Amino acid sequence: MPAEASPSRGSSTAVAPAASGRPVIEIRDLTKSFGDNLVLKGVNLTVTEGSTTVILGGSGSGKTVLMKHMIGLLRPDSGEVIIEGERFDNLPEQARQVVRRKFGMVFQQAALFDSMTIFDNVAFPLREHTDYRENQLREIVFQKLDQVGLRSKADNYPDELSGGQRKRIGLARALALDPKIVLYDEPTTGLDPITTDNVDQMVIDAKREYGVTSVIISHDIGSAFKIADHLAVLYQGVILADGPPEVVRRSQDPFIQKFFALWFERA
Amino acid sequence: MTEAAAQADPRPRHPPTGFFGGLASAVAALGTAVLSLIEDVGGMVQLAGEAAIAVVQPPYRIGILFEQLDFVGVGSIFVVGITGLFTGMVFAVQSYNAFSLFNAQSLVGSTVALALARELAPVFAGLMVTARVGSSMATELGSMRVSEQIDALTTLAINPIQYLVVPRLVAAVLMMPFLTILFDGLGILGAYFVAVISEHLSPGLFLGRIHLWVDPEDVISGLIKSAVFGFLIALVACYKGYNTTGGSKGVGSATNQAVVTGSVSVLVVDYFLSLALMGYVSKV
Repeated sequence: MPAEASPSRGSSTAVAPAASGRPVIEIRDLTKSFGDNLVLKGVNLTVTEGSTTVILGGSGSGKTVLMKHMIGLLRPDSGEVIIEGERFDNLPEQARQVVRRKFGMVFQQAALFDSMTIFDNVAFPLREHTDYRENQLREIVFQKLDQVGLRSKADNYPDELSGGQRKRIGLARALALDPKIVLYDEPTTGLDPITTDNVDQMVIDAKREYGVTSVIISHDIGSAFKIADHLAVLYQGVILADGPPEVVRRSQDPFIQKFFALWFERA
Repeated sequence: MTEAAAQADPRPRHPPTGFFGGLASAVAALGTAVLSLIEDVGGMVQLAGEAAIAVVQPPYRIGILFEQLDFVGVGSIFVVGITGLFTGMVFAVQSYNAFSLFNAQSLVGSTVALALARELAPVFAGLMVTARVGSSMATELGSMRVSEQIDALTTLAINPIQYLVVPRLVAAVLMMPFLTILFDGLGILGAYFVAVISEHLSPGLFLGRIHLWVDPEDVISGLIKSAVFGFLIALVACYKGYNTTGGSKGVGSATNQAVVTGSVSVLVVDYFLSLALMGYVSKV
């Protein structure tokens, strides 16, 4: 097992964070296990305002579990999750709902509500959390649909769309309330290269147009280097390296080097 | 699997053999079943508690409630009505034959009506609603869970229990008594058809004995039962659906368990409710 040989296991390589903005998400010594299976073994990570952070890791590295802690879908066994300076992980459910309004999340399979049309999916968060009249609401929804280039699909149902289109609608829904932070769960998994490129562009546009802080979990190294200004490598429940992509890539850590070498060989 | 995990794994490496081995497996299986029952009951009590809190907190989801009232109530009229009609008819056929042995055919109406009001209508309507509504609720919530739609609701700052579970529970509690009244009415109509039209019993005798023997308390006790059954059916179905794991196979298993557990709970709880309501019914 290569991880056993790595001297850096359990500690991050010391590199400066990519963006110098204030921290919006801070993860401190996070551990989480399911039964006997220890998935996160003391994760430390800081996501700064306006940055695009990619958490890179293979299957079973715990990256989805880590992301679910950021938005409070899971509670940690120990450690802290701090959102904009406020402790988040130990809040009661009702208080978490308030904090969650700062977030948008794009799910791996989009997780669109299949009983609603595309229009209603995007309108859903607005209807729930705002007092917009129907004509204002239509305007906002169509604006979001235009941004992802899918205005023509407004009256369709999610099962009538392709995987890539569903992801774009998922993003439109996540952006409907203009959140400060957008979390992406494997946005490019299972997509062809052209659609992958579209989705990458969509992430870049969301950041450029709305200045959102983005956190992306991925195992797609090509996309990661294209969109990230902050890269964290998660392996077997610990962050092995954390910093600007080029710094992480040039890391002298033998394990990281082997990690990237293998990855680029395969890619 | 690591060595430590292998040691901690309670599953036997080699299946036990022989009489004592078989006995040990049987005891282990029973233990597992009891543990999972306790876990289920605990989970359902917790879900019911969370729903009870969510039901009084705004926003009140009236639109979704009406959708569910329509689905649970209006959507079940046909299946519950047909079941009620034929239950009344078959019960009348059997009791007419039995009562005619000692010339007491006039008791058919009251016997059928009393049995319907106290037991048959709430239990049979409950079983039909479990099959139609419970299965559908478990499947819907289960597929929403495995396709991360429930997580999506949470990330959109919506309480999924308030959005999904509460309207279903309330609709089932409100609509089951109406379906039971429908069952009662059509069951008596079916019995009337068999006894009066087909067997030429006097309509006055048929209806008069019902009036004489069946008290409002009998009907009310049946309606109380039906509301409890509605709560149970929806709670079991929502619990199973909400906690689905393991993809489409998991959804199938959640649906299956919702129907089996829902039906069995209706029958088991019916016994205890009958005992509890007996005092109320026989006082007058």
